[in-house]
Amino acid sequence: MDLAWMGWTPFTATFFSVIACLLVVMMVWEKLSPGGAPRFGMLRFETTRGDRLFVTLLSSAFIHLGWLFFGGTDLWWALGLSVLYALAVFRWV
Amino acid sequence: MQRKVNQKAWFLVLPVFLLVAFSAVIPLMTVVNYSVQDSFGNNEFFWVGSEWFVEILNSDRFHDALGRQLLFSGIILAIEIPLGIWVALSMPRRGWGASVCLVLMALPLLIPWNVVGTIWQIFARADIGLLGHTLAAMGIDYNYTQSSLSAWITVIVMDVWHWTSLVVLLCYAGLCSIPDAYYQAAKIDGASRWAVFRYIQLPKMQRVLLIAVLLRFMDSFMIYTEPFVVTGGGPGNATTFLSIDLVKMAIGQFDLGPAAAFSLVYFLIVLLLSWVFYTVMTARDGAEA
Repeated sequence: MDLAWMGWTPFTATFFSVIACLLVVMMVWEKLSPGGAPRFGMLRFETTRGDRLFVTLLSSAFIHLGWLFFGGTDLWWALGLSVLYALAVFRWV
Repeated sequence: MQRKVNQKAWFLVLPVFLLVAFSAVIPLMTVVNYSVQDSFGNNEFFWVGSEWFVEILNSDRFHDALGRQLLFSGIILAIEIPLGIWVALSMPRRGWGASVCLVLMALPLLIPWNVVGTIWQIFARADIGLLGHTLAAMGIDYNYTQSSLSAWITVIVMDVWHWTSLVVLLCYAGLCSIPDAYYQAAKIDGASRWAVFRYIQLPKMQRVLLIAVLLRFMDSFMIYTEPFVVTGGGPGNATTFLSIDLVKMAIGQFDLGPAAAFSLVYFLIVLLLSWVFYTVMTARDGAEA
């Protein structure tokens, strides 16, 4: 099957592989510890670990867009900031 | 005794999963791929990195379309939600009147988007349209092809006409689910009409209102066909909303890379605002649980 029309690049393939790996990790985590670990974090509403992943991914997208708008095109800093943000979300939200 | 989970049920979900993969996931992946490349057709791509995103984020054209889109969605929600609640409260709950009202309310929802656009395009024309001609005869300066204000009013009234019914039907369903015992208790307590609405009807409608707000927000934020048919995005760019601008960029100019970056930013804004609406409106449920 010719997928040339999709215009794949190594970078976008890596991006989607990471997303797929994250989903697999979440599935394994859920299998090992069922229930989604719901809790009331600092945002004062209940979140499961799936919610926390969603918040992390959505916020990371905006961190990258914000970096492009204010900081420039070196996105490694935005990626580092997103990882720190993800750790904070999974710890406190 | 522990119940055994039947994992074979996952096969029932497989057709939907495949359908969503082909209709949503694969196109989304393609858009992501296009957003970091330039293309002139023939499946030839040139890596540009984040260039298109920088261009879109700093583009006045995008900022203006986003501003118009937010204003449009805000006006639509501000009109359709209260109006839908009011109409639902006014509708009879029993008897033949209820059936007649439900059918009348459902009619606008059955009309295809482009037909709605065509109806209003003709209806609002100053030369032959009933609305436009009547307003002109009354001495009101109304012409949606020349005046931005007229174009905005036409597009908003058209959307209200088309979609308030959805809010009405959802609210009506919520109101019908309230047991009579609540109203009897309120009557015994001597509650006013406002108190019945504020402390019985509104809380009981909360879930359907959440669905109504989400549906109306997402739909109005992605509106394309009706304003495109009526105004074509004009006069000038007065009614060029995000989706109209996106189609101009992707199909009119064949700028696939910038259009893909535009689409992703647009998608993320819809996702963020929908999540905020959903979280705010369901937060109270979680706190009460």
